Amino acid sequence: MIKTENLSFEYEKRDEEGNVIGTHVAVDGVELSIKQGQFIAILGHNGSGKSTLAKHMNAILVPTGGTMWVAGKDTKQDANLRDIRQSAGMVFQNPDNQIIGTVVEEDVGFGPENIGVPTEEIWQRVEESLNAVGMIEYRHHSPNKLSGGQKQRVAIAGVVAMRPKCIVLDEPTAMLDPNGRKEVLKTVKKLHEKEKVTVILITHYMEEVIDADVVIVMDHGKIVMQGTPREIFSRVEELKEYRLDVPQVTMLAYELRKRGLNIPNGILRKEELVKILCQ
Amino acid sequence: MRLEHVNYIYSQGTAYEKQALKDICLEFPDGEFIGIIGHTGSGKSTLIQHLNGLIKATGGALYYDGKNIYGAGYPMKELRSQVGLVFQYPEHQLFEVDVLKDVCFGPKNQGLSEEECIKRAKEALRLVGLKEKYHNQSPFELSGGQKRRAAIAGVLAMHPKILVLDEPTAGLDPKGRDEILNQIAKLHKETKITVVLVSHSMEDVAKYVDRIIVMNHAEVMYNGTPKEVFRHYRELEEVGLAAPQVTYIMQELKKKGMPVSGDVTTIEEAADEIMKAVQIR
Repeated sequence: MIKTENLSFEYEKRDEEGNVIGTHVAVDGVELSIKQGQFIAILGHNGSGKSTLAKHMNAILVPTGGTMWVAGKDTKQDANLRDIRQSAGMVFQNPDNQIIGTVVEEDVGFGPENIGVPTEEIWQRVEESLNAVGMIEYRHHSPNKLSGGQKQRVAIAGVVAMRPKCIVLDEPTAMLDPNGRKEVLKTVKKLHEKEKVTVILITHYMEEVIDADVVIVMDHGKIVMQGTPREIFSRVEELKEYRLDVPQVTMLAYELRKRGLNIPNGILRKEELVKILCQ
Repeated sequence: MRLEHVNYIYSQGTAYEKQALKDICLEFPDGEFIGIIGHTGSGKSTLIQHLNGLIKATGGALYYDGKNIYGAGYPMKELRSQVGLVFQYPEHQLFEVDVLKDVCFGPKNQGLSEEECIKRAKEALRLVGLKEKYHNQSPFELSGGQKRRAAIAGVLAMHPKILVLDEPTAGLDPKGRDEILNQIAKLHKETKITVVLVSHSMEDVAKYVDRIIVMNHAEVMYNGTPKEVFRHYRELEEVGLAAPQVTYIMQELKKKGMPVSGDVTTIEEAADEIMKAVQIR
């Protein structure tokens, strides 16, 4: 679905007068291979390059070195742009910056209308997408009056209406309250399981990635860790060095292990820990 | 600071009328570290904007140092330098050419001498942990967490008695989040300043604050220590909140017959409790 070869992205740093004072390598030789239907999570501290990498996935940015293919198409070729943007949809952090329609269903229909989908099919897609994110009863509402979580679900519906093979979400829950976060995450997981959409989720919340197939950790533009959530969260000390964290239950299990209890590494769910402790 | 029967109604008398605060009675004693939680739209932001008079209550009264801030001739400007408000994403409000000048902006507006401003700015930057090498840098060259600390220093330089922070860790990576909160906790300890922290993270409020105020539908739902409040985890869930993950683990262990307290809100406490229980067994 998404493949990169030695992908790099650098930009020039300028002083106040606009003179180039150096270059900054935001993504540095990334090798990535994401299969259709996978749920990939990307972690990394602020400035680690994860958002820059994500923006390559629907050709908002194109590599300054190496290559990225989305659904087999090289993102550097202008002629592929339309196909790439249809294959990979993007959801951003701030729900208020992504909604343009004055009525929910209009907003969701905007994308398909833009690519010339016949009217009848637009309505069908709008209905399907709003159903998929659980927002159908709000179809005639104004997006302004929705909660943050609801707005994000409308933004996701707008992407789903384009029937993408892949959805890239760049910190979609960063601005939401616990309930909004739960709603959005549930929606994303449902799309992945039911619609078999490839999901790439970028987040600072460690608990959100425990169901991912693969977790990727980025630092200084490079991929520094890659594995299943259990493998990654077994490496507590290393994660801390990359300015990251582990879910509270993983931390508690780690702490108990340090104090001498016989508990395996990489506990992800509270049920697991309770079961082990009650044996 | 004391709130007595504070009510606030948006767009009163129009079709969009909405009650954002309903009969709020609260006290913020000097030197306390207080957390405010509640889902979006529960009234927490409206509440904190009352604390420095940015919003005027449509009913009830606020007393600061025993004086009603809505009384005739009350020095509102004075109140605003006593109650420092740090908004969400405060780094969007940085604007000066270098960090030190930016932090000087508040005290300069208070009419202090340049010398005093610089003294206060340097002290504030020390309190938030921004080293001297950053003082003459453009604020825009700092990392996300550093920018935020510079913005908080800008409020601290005004020497407020109460520091109110609206989600100071939103959008930061885990390390950045811990750094900011540790710095605030240290600041609270060193200067005995009253801190009011609005947060969406139950884990964070459990770890740092003395008392939690839970807002729900414009009203105060709970007001107590983290242990007292998170004991109501079921009720909290019903209003879209939750307890920290460890609280659930301990509740579950207790239910399964392990001799542990269910009233646990931090990882250290949980580990202590479990070790105790295991040793008995």
